[in-house]
Amino acid sequence: MPESHAMAAHQFDDLEQQREAASLGIWVFIATEIMFFGGLFTGYTVYRTQYFASFVAGSHLLDLKLGAVNTAVLICSSLTMALAVYAAQTGKRKLLILFLIFTMILGTGFLGIKFVEYATKYHHHLIPGFNFAPEGVYPPQMQLYFCFYFAMTALHALHMIIGLGLLAALVIMAGRGRFTPESHNPVEAIGIYWHFVDIIWIFLFPLLYLVGGR
Amino acid sequence: MKHHVIHPGTYFLVFFTLLILTGVTTVVGFYDLGRWNTVVALAIAVCKATLVVLFFMHLRYSSALPRLVMLGGLFWLALLIGLTLVDNLTRVWDSNPRGWETTSSSVQRP
Repeated sequence: MPESHAMAAHQFDDLEQQREAASLGIWVFIATEIMFFGGLFTGYTVYRTQYFASFVAGSHLLDLKLGAVNTAVLICSSLTMALAVYAAQTGKRKLLILFLIFTMILGTGFLGIKFVEYATKYHHHLIPGFNFAPEGVYPPQMQLYFCFYFAMTALHALHMIIGLGLLAALVIMAGRGRFTPESHNPVEAIGIYWHFVDIIWIFLFPLLYLVGGR
Repeated sequence: MKHHVIHPGTYFLVFFTLLILTGVTTVVGFYDLGRWNTVVALAIAVCKATLVVLFFMHLRYSSALPRLVMLGGLFWLALLIGLTLVDNLTRVWDSNPRGWETTSSSVQRP
């Protein structure tokens, strides 16, 4: 009996089968997440084609530079997450913990910049249903744009917060020496989740910040 | 199947490509290209997402099953957006209620 049999959960033949099952599981979850965000993207597309001028006006009230910086921050966090998976594959425990913590710092930085943006929207009276009263003349459906802006970015931010919690759990598990080059499925799975959240932002950035030229 | 380990050099190459594409899309955002703004922004986003899926999420080195699941998710998303737009874009829209915005996109469509 190969040594690895002792480590696979009892319902699996070996570690390779267990790894395949874990990989399939997280990808099925990602597919459901595509549908979850898909509804918002569909609604956004419908109203954007219908009220394009209002969406352009709303988009131009966002801070494009902050949006671009946040995109870069999230891409950096994806790199550190990918390197964390590499560290797990090669059995470098200290490096794994270090990269996981880097990823958490960058993720927190993203949420911090997002919070600054939300605060600016609050001060400019741009929160629909709460204090929506922008200065000057604005197209009436601009409020609809901000409904989508807040719904989509908030759902994305919620995923980031959940991701940070999962990363914290990984740091603790890594600290206890739970991961080996042969068995580190949680690192792989949460890595895939983290990159997916990055991809959502990769689409939110052009769809929300880059509507019409400035 | 042996578990494929991607060299960090590949990750850094993908990372710098993603940063460059982010820079390009941001710069293009400062120019008014009409409807091409949307085309360019989405094309760059699709390129970036593809790079992330293939290399960061290891789909390039995975077995067929995860790829099939991913394509299935994208197929349903295409159905959701595509069929919704088929309905929405081919309707004849009546005149707007008083006080509502009238743009070229919200009046009658052919």
